Amino acid sequence: MSKKFLIPIGPYHPLQEEPELFKLYCEGEIVKDIKWETGYNHRGIEKLSESKTYDQVFFLVERICGICSTSHPFAFANAVEEICRIEVPDRAKYIRSIIGELERIHSHLLWVGLAGHFLGYNTVFMWAWKYREPVLDLFEMITGNRNSYAMFKVGGVRRDIEAAKIPAIRKVLAEVKKKTDLLTGAVMDDPVIHARTKGVGILTKEDILDYGAVGPTARASGVAIDVRKDDPYAAYPLVNWKVITAEEGDVFAKAKVRLLEMYESISIIEQCLDGLLKEKEGDIAVKVKNIPEGMGTGRAEAPRGEVFHCVFSDGSNSPARHKIRAPSYVNIATFKKSCIGQSISDATISLAAVDPCYCCTERMAVAYDISTGKRIMNGAEILKASAEKTREIMSKLK
Amino acid sequence: MAVNLFYFLVFPGLLFSAVVGALLSWFDRKITARVQFRKGPPLLQPFYDFFKLLLVKETILPKQGSPVVFLLAPVFAVFGATTAAVLILLPLLNISSGFRGDLIVIFYLLTIPSFSYVIGSLASGNPLAAVGGSREMKLILSYESTFLLVIAGVIIKASQYFDLNSIITIQHNSRPFIESVSGVILFIVAIFCIQAKLGLVPFDMAEAETEITEGTFIEYSGAPYALIKLTKYIMLFILPAFLTALLLNGFVLKGIGILWAALKILGIVLLLTLIRNTNPRLKIKQAVSFFLVWMNLLAILAIVLAYFGY
Repeated sequence: MSKKFLIPIGPYHPLQEEPELFKLYCEGEIVKDIKWETGYNHRGIEKLSESKTYDQVFFLVERICGICSTSHPFAFANAVEEICRIEVPDRAKYIRSIIGELERIHSHLLWVGLAGHFLGYNTVFMWAWKYREPVLDLFEMITGNRNSYAMFKVGGVRRDIEAAKIPAIRKVLAEVKKKTDLLTGAVMDDPVIHARTKGVGILTKEDILDYGAVGPTARASGVAIDVRKDDPYAAYPLVNWKVITAEEGDVFAKAKVRLLEMYESISIIEQCLDGLLKEKEGDIAVKVKNIPEGMGTGRAEAPRGEVFHCVFSDGSNSPARHKIRAPSYVNIATFKKSCIGQSISDATISLAAVDPCYCCTERMAVAYDISTGKRIMNGAEILKASAEKTREIMSKLK
Repeated sequence: MAVNLFYFLVFPGLLFSAVVGALLSWFDRKITARVQFRKGPPLLQPFYDFFKLLLVKETILPKQGSPVVFLLAPVFAVFGATTAAVLILLPLLNISSGFRGDLIVIFYLLTIPSFSYVIGSLASGNPLAAVGGSREMKLILSYESTFLLVIAGVIIKASQYFDLNSIITIQHNSRPFIESVSGVILFIVAIFCIQAKLGLVPFDMAEAETEITEGTFIEYSGAPYALIKLTKYIMLFILPAFLTALLLNGFVLKGIGILWAALKILGIVLLLTLIRNTNPRLKIKQAVSFFLVWMNLLAILAIVLAYFGY
């Protein structure tokens, strides 16, 4: 059994619901080499961005990723505000942080579910995704959308969180905290999960530094890197929280870091809500007349790590050049370290452990009648149905 | 001859055990769905699945590999499972008394489906199926010895009778074997063996959807895959039935006894379902050491206890 053979993971594979191709070169069950191909989702966002106005770019970058859809507008706002040299009002900062942290909670819950699914533990998958639902409903209450929240603009945010909504938010958070306790207990105490994830796909501190990995992947290996602390933005310097790290660097440590980060996120949101009560309602944005010439960089800590945006402005109403770097871009490269020498079973969960996001949930929905081929719902009707659902949720939460 | 053919094809063979197995598979899926906050399939869903595969979906043959072996493997699997069903259910349902030493034959027949899966997967020429096949092979090598030890334990408890009928009669006359320390241990070990035989989580590494995309069965489609589904339905019924006969006093098919018989089978399937919904998949290495070391030790302990009458 010394002949190497190829186990393809992708372009379409049940392990990851996005198109990408990992080629595992195996001898028996052991992975000897790994190569990957991404780019099945290239949409030319950077080029598109040059043809949009600054206001429109927010909606564009929001659609880079469907899961961490607020991290890109966050970084873009930071970049443009650096060009304009403006300080957003504190109220807007709090709202931005609340949205960012809620997103972290739902993204980590999503990952816990998926990790369970990858291990064949579908009960965890279903439970985690059920517990994620109230967070998405909360988003719908605050922003009107379950995903792609359209909250950011240059100089502030688009919608306020009124004081009347705050008790409802706190109620959902308390609920989420309880569910997180339950999930954390289920994951941390299950001996079979320990057997499957401990000592698997280990990334040492040196590996992390060599590959420049970011986010929970780095923090699970003892590298306390977090843009929210290292380059404070929005309301993060105004509240109390700590960076969660673990030392082991294996899959279990990555799960632990993510689960504990959810508690930090909940505490950050609670403090931000307290902060909101102190600020004047309605003061959510500064007026920006035009964007001066110059260059700005913006960073934001997405659930998967640092998102980096660099914007060049020539003084017109759209960016002259817009460069984006998503966290998975650096994290995917660590597979070379974490997967080689593992068995196929371990390699697949190691691939999933960095929570790679191939930035690709672009979609368009049109409802057709199959028999006649006619459109039965046009864009406006779908929008109307969605708005009705929002109102229903709002009335329930009040 | 006609009677034997009826036994094989209708009752208690192919038709009966497949229908009961399909209903049990619905039960398993419904419980799984309720555990996961889902609604679950309608009662007839297993039948829809089977007939859709059999009658509607096309059969695609892999270009590389051996089509004859590839197509014959599921047929062998169905034959093995059905013959085992007849031999288990005839004494269990008190239709005929079987023959001396049928326990050994049943043991061999129950391994045929798993071996057919391995042969079929290797004949498909797909590297993912090859990985699945090699995993299934390792799994068979580890759990079969344990299963044999369980049967040995039961034989010792039944004062060395080698046929299913005597084992059931002895339990009827004194008390069920489960009502003793060695019986409980044997039951636990047997449950894990059945879990592995059925390829359910945590022992589904031969299929492992998220690793090797259904491994052994990746190339199967249409009617051959329908036969594999049929085999799985039959196995889901006869393995719990076999366990009932070995340790749980068999069936008493009179009055309230019919309800008890149904409850025993449902209880065992419920146990299997709960195990599969509260565990992640093991690695093949862990599964092999789980059976070869821990389960074998437990089974040997049970045999020693049984020998001394506990």
